[in-house]
Amino acid sequence: MALVLTEEQNMLRDMAKQFFTEQAPVTNFRKLRDEESADGFDRDVWQQIVELGFAGILIPEEQGGTGFGPMGMGIVMEEAGRTLAASPLYATAVLGAGLVMAAGNEAQKSEILPKIAGGEVLMALALEEANHHNPLNTSMKAEKSGDGFTLSGEKKFVIDGHIADRLIVVARTSGAAGDTQGLSMFLVDAKADGVNITRTMMVDNRNAANISFDNVQLSADSLLGGLDAAWPELENVLDMGRICIAAEMLGGIETVFETTLEYLKERKQFGVIIGTFQALKHRAAEMFCEVEICQSVVLDGLSALDERRNDIPRAASLAKARICDAARLISNEGIQMHGGIGMTDALDVGLFLKRARVQAQMLGDANFHRARYADLGGY
Amino acid sequence: MSELETFRAETRIWLEENCPESMRTPMPEREMPWGGRNAQFPNPDTKLWMDRMSARGWTAPTWPAEYGGGGLSKEEHKILQEELARIKARPALTSFGLWMLGPALLEFASEEQKQKYIPEIIRGEIRWCQGYSEPGAGSDLAGLQTKAEDMGDHYLVNGQKVWTSYADNCDWIFCLVRTDTSVKHDGISFLLIDMATDGVEARPIKLISGASPFCETFLTDVKVPKENLVGELNKGWTIAKRLLEHERSMISGMGMGAGAASMGGMEAVAKENFGTENEKIAEPSIRNAVAEHKMDQQAFGLTLKRAAEEAKSGQGQGAAASMFKYYGTEVNKRRFELLLDIMGSQALGWEGDGFDSKELAVTRSWLRSKGNSIEGGTSEVQLNVIAKRVLGLPDA
Repeated sequence: MALVLTEEQNMLRDMAKQFFTEQAPVTNFRKLRDEESADGFDRDVWQQIVELGFAGILIPEEQGGTGFGPMGMGIVMEEAGRTLAASPLYATAVLGAGLVMAAGNEAQKSEILPKIAGGEVLMALALEEANHHNPLNTSMKAEKSGDGFTLSGEKKFVIDGHIADRLIVVARTSGAAGDTQGLSMFLVDAKADGVNITRTMMVDNRNAANISFDNVQLSADSLLGGLDAAWPELENVLDMGRICIAAEMLGGIETVFETTLEYLKERKQFGVIIGTFQALKHRAAEMFCEVEICQSVVLDGLSALDERRNDIPRAASLAKARICDAARLISNEGIQMHGGIGMTDALDVGLFLKRARVQAQMLGDANFHRARYADLGGY
Repeated sequence: MSELETFRAETRIWLEENCPESMRTPMPEREMPWGGRNAQFPNPDTKLWMDRMSARGWTAPTWPAEYGGGGLSKEEHKILQEELARIKARPALTSFGLWMLGPALLEFASEEQKQKYIPEIIRGEIRWCQGYSEPGAGSDLAGLQTKAEDMGDHYLVNGQKVWTSYADNCDWIFCLVRTDTSVKHDGISFLLIDMATDGVEARPIKLISGASPFCETFLTDVKVPKENLVGELNKGWTIAKRLLEHERSMISGMGMGAGAASMGGMEAVAKENFGTENEKIAEPSIRNAVAEHKMDQQAFGLTLKRAAEEAKSGQGQGAAASMFKYYGTEVNKRRFELLLDIMGSQALGWEGDGFDSKELAVTRSWLRSKGNSIEGGTSEVQLNVIAKRVLGLPDA
């Protein structure tokens, strides 16, 4: 178990940090928001991300990636989180690549993975059907029809749904809601007949969409993985997604904590620096403890993935739940400690608050993961 | 075979021949080897083990051999610890002299003092207690008022210490005294006092959790030889601070009181008390609270590991170390409050037939845990330290 980065990993961190600070600072995100960017991300920045090899971090070298592995992806996501960098990295390079690698047949892998690494295809996972993440409750049906399938139903909160070229849709091919058996995954062309994508404007201005499927006809080779057998691989990739989101959230809370601490050292009222007030010192020290705890759980999650440990689900739920709690505290304190200006749109803190709450709902919030952690613990 | 391999082999043989069987079993509290002039040995093997180990200097393995220590290198010490752990050997001597005073004497004391006090500590002949806090000087320890007046050929000491652990069973006390009332930190001296001296009286303090090793120690016109001053006059604060560092490592090394472990874990206790549905704790709010607590424990454990790895890899002393005492003690307190929620009125017994020993132990440990966030530097002081030294927030 490695909770300390190697020299190589530290170099990747430095490279990613420099890249996102210089090429995708928070001002870039503001620009996308204020100009109501149709893409919701900057294609030039994405091109640079691809050229740095970040899109192919999870993908083996033979398929055009760098094979750096999950720790590398986590490091990049953390740095992206520090500057609210909006990019297809999560939906395409983590979930898309992860699912194709885990469940794809040779033809699918050799077709899609190099395109992901080369930035030539954008993907999105269509999983959620309700307000709360609950993958086993998937009830949207895929019916056998001839050699292929017919897909009908609604998916919501699809991250990068409106920019994706290829969707990965999770649907039930047998069994009832709640069963681990009976789920299947399908590769669906975003432009296919019957696929209706409506972008949703979220509070964090990041890409999400609701998608309706109206008798979408799918060929047999659109099946990704085994029929009725998606759950084991899907759950593994969801855990990777959870840990990567946790890493991105960690970057966010680090920025909020650092800038809030700076403010405590600069702001003067009543003739003194407000950082001299003990109440604020203690709250800052408590936030420090939370940040340290979160660094540990995120690093452990990424290590677990790298080492393919059999406690990955537990590590993922620990990381996601813990960071959701910490992000709530730190984003709230970030606003409160800045006083009036914390409430202005001009200050970045509010942007991080909004982002943190959306991230909290991605792939299971704190309560979902506490329940799952208890399940895994046998209680 | 390398020298270290030879050392290990010889150590293993010696331990096999010299560590009594009963010294390889779990140690009950009444058999703790504190040593001292009035040491009791309900199990005679304890004395045997203490004598054999101290004769080799292995009660203080890395202390200089010239004073009776083991004189072992770091690597040899590690080997000794591994070999002792291998046979699950009990410590041969547990002592504040070993953990706190000894290292400070080795650093600050005169040659005569080292020759006098160190061997006694190593052999477990003298049991030491710590005279630091006073009723008026807790968090603000430097505000201490126990005076040592220069009477020419001795010091005359007057004052009161509090929270002196085991003072009523100890032989000597290392004491912070005021030798200059005109300045604060620079008026403190470090004095060694024989508890048998006229005018020294120790009284046990009863806690909310019942009996405790803590005492009040009253010093009334106590005559202390001048050669008992350690280091320079009025330069005792430096020694005090070094000792506090040793104390803090000692506290983090100790366990945190009885809890659910002996009852099969918190989850098992929760299932017993609330029943199960599909093998899950039937009360969702308790289930959620148990998961939240266990997450905090696991996250804290990972942070301790990470700090240790950072230190080993030479990536510098991580800032996380300053949060350990604060975070660990607060998690521990929450643990006992949750156990109370889980066990209900069965966790609220004081004594007698209505409660089994494990339940009573939880109640006492819950009460005792309130002191964890106060002793050894309060949580508020820890947060102040983080704010100042780690975060660089300015002083008022």
